[in-house]
Formats: sequence, C-alpha cells, structure tokens
Amino acid sequence: MITRIIASLAALSVSLGFCITAALAEEMVAYKVVDDIEIQDSLTGKPGDPAQGRKLAIDRKLGNCLACHSLPIPEQQFHGETGPDLAGVGSRLTPGEIRLRVVNPKLVNPDTMMPAFYRVTGLNRVMKDFAGKPILTAEQVEDVVAYLMTLKED
Amino acid sequence: MRRLVLALLCGSAVSLAFAGVAVTDDAAQWGPYKVGDKRSGYTFAQPETRAIQEDDFENPAFLLVDAAAELWETAEGEAGKSCADCHEDVESMKGVGTRYPIYFEPWGKLMNVEQRINQCRVDNMKAEPWKYESDALLGMTMLVKLQSRGMPMEVSIDGPAAPFYEKGKAFYEERRGQLDMACAHCHVDNAGTMLRANLLTQGQPNGFPTYRLKWQKAGSLHRRLRGCNKQVRAKPFKAGSDEYVNLELYISHRANGLPVETPAVRN
Repeated sequence: MITRIIASLAALSVSLGFCITAALAEEMVAYKVVDDIEIQDSLTGKPGDPAQGRKLAIDRKLGNCLACHSLPIPEQQFHGETGPDLAGVGSRLTPGEIRLRVVNPKLVNPDTMMPAFYRVTGLNRVMKDFAGKPILTAEQVEDVVAYLMTLKED
Repeated sequence: MRRLVLALLCGSAVSLAFAGVAVTDDAAQWGPYKVGDKRSGYTFAQPETRAIQEDDFENPAFLLVDAAAELWETAEGEAGKSCADCHEDVESMKGVGTRYPIYFEPWGKLMNVEQRINQCRVDNMKAEPWKYESDALLGMTMLVKLQSRGMPMEVSIDGPAAPFYEKGKAFYEERRGQLDMACAHCHVDNAGTMLRANLLTQGQPNGFPTYRLKWQKAGSLHRRLRGCNKQVRAKPFKAGSDEYVNLELYISHRANGLPVETPAVRN
C-alpha cells in the first residue's frame, strides 16, 4: 500500500506580506490517496451539491468539463470529444476514484491531457491571475464529484 | 456518432457544418491543402471561411497587403531608399516565404520574415523598425509571403538551425499554464476532434499572417501563439521573442510540403 500525503500550504507567509498568499483563493486542503486509486475522503468533510456540480461542468471559466467530455446535458449544444464520454461514469467509478481524477488525474495517468483541478504546485509559467490558485476550490471539486456520481448507467 | 446525432437534433446550421467537416476528411477533396497526414487549417475551416480566402477581393487582409505594396515603393529612413530601390519588383521575394525562419549568422540565432524586414529597414534604409503587430509590418510580411503563395513550405533545420529547432520542439511538447497542457496535446494527439464548439486543427502555420474572423483583423503567428498560451492560462512570451521564433521554426518545418497560403482566412 502506498499512501501519499500532500501537505497543505502553510499560512506562514501571511506575516511576510508577500503576494503569494494574497493570490491564494483558499488554503489548499490536504488529501490522502489510497492504494494509488482513490481519494476516499471529501476534501471539505461534507458531501457536494450535485446541482451546483452540473453548473460547474458547464461553466467555461470553472469546471468546463464539456470542453473535452460529452455529458448528459442536452441543453448545451457543444460537447467536447477529446476525453471519454462521462455518461454513466457514476456506475463505473467510486466517488473516491472520481475525486482523484478531478483533483489530479496525473496521479492515475502521468501522460493525460486533463488538467489537475485541485493543484497549485509543479506547474509551469502559470499566468499571474491564476498563480497559486487551483482551477476549482475544494468545495467545487466536491460539487463536481457529487454531480458525476449521479450519472448512472441505464 | 453520438455527436452527429446531437448536432442533427439541434438542427443548427453551425453544428451541421462542423459535423460535415468531420465526416468529409477525404484526401482527394483537399487538393494541395492536404499532404500525407499534414492538413492545412484550410481543411478544418468552414466552407464560408474558405470562400473568403479563395477571393482576394473578399479577403480583408488585402487592405494591408495593398498598403504594403505602396510602402514597398516608398523611400524611408536616412538612406533615402525604398524596398524597391534594392529589390526591384516585389516578385523578387518569390520563395522567401517557404524558407523562413532561417539561421542568421550575424545574430547567432534565428530570424523570421518580420525580423528580416525590420533588419533591412534598420541596417540598409536607416529607418525605424516597425512594431511587431503594426499594420505596416503585418502588411509587408503578408506581401512578401504572398509572393510564395502556392509553393510548398521547405524550411531547413540543418546545420546551425538544428539546436534552435530542438528548442522549438521542446517548447511544443512542454506542459504549461494552470491547465498544464502542451501544444502537442491538442494539435497532435487530438487534431480533428471537437474541443467543445471548436474543431482542433493541426496548428499549421502556413497561412500566417492570417485574417482571423475572431480578431476581425489580420494578425501574426506570434499573436496566435500568445492566444494559445493564454488559453491554457500560461504566461505568454513577447511577439518576436526567441522562444516564439524557435517554436515558429519547429512548426514551420512540421508544415513542410503544405503550400504557403498567406494571407489565409481562419476562424
């Protein structure tokens, strides 16, 4: 069993007054990857809101899951094709497996094109407005996980 | 198939057109715009967009090209010379657009067409260089490359250009930005698939500078590269930077065999 602990960012630099802390939308939550396959625990300690997660999947500036994936969201005209169709994903994966893939899919497949939605380190030349910030907050990650879990096979 | 059905259900002309492009990927249909596996952006464009490119009177880029044709004949700078004083008719530029960027010995690095024009202005005309994205430099670059229109790209990466090619290749394959994506993820691995409403192309540069409908203006390749970098939320480099000229060499060599289309029309 391999367990990874990702340390949360310390609030230490607040007192130094550096912009790095000001740029953080929130303090990054620590999480534990179990058996290299899932993050079992909710990042917020609470279940997410699937209705909110569905909105995030559509939102081009936030989740934008539709950029790459087809989803059962018929009112949206354009669905991407670069990633797998996510219809029924809630029957194929556990919540922990989905959470790991949203948080940092490179821990599953290092070559994937998919961004890590909850990661602020190990990135290259991030634009100033986004530096030090994850694409989604911990709460938003949980909302997306909750939404994807509602997508069951017929 | 699922996409196609969805598009048909939506009944929109736009989605029908996208689906149409996806299913008519036929070598015979594209003529010179498809060479082996290489496909010009022309083959990914909407029929209406291609129609504008095919008619120079409809292509708005020609406003800048026509202005540049006048500049070609206009003496500027302390030397009191025009382009035409040394190069005579602009047709003498035929073939230039297929070869750049080149390794330029006095600089010890690469030079693209924009930089060649400005180097000539500064060193030979004793004139001020034009700003990178200015109408004058865009127009003159398009006028020069237009002389090679239809000729196959044949950029060299031999000899002293080789290490710069390698740098360009490394850039192309390097992840960047908050979205942590490399050029190759979209333009090699997923060319021809839909990224939401956008059809991903191979990112071939043979039509640049190009009139882009989204910009409502002609623009340089480096402007497009900046846009691409910003889309993955990465800090862009400056237009004319060494990083982008090296990348220009890599992607121009990748386009070898495709025809020069400058000034193309793209979405």
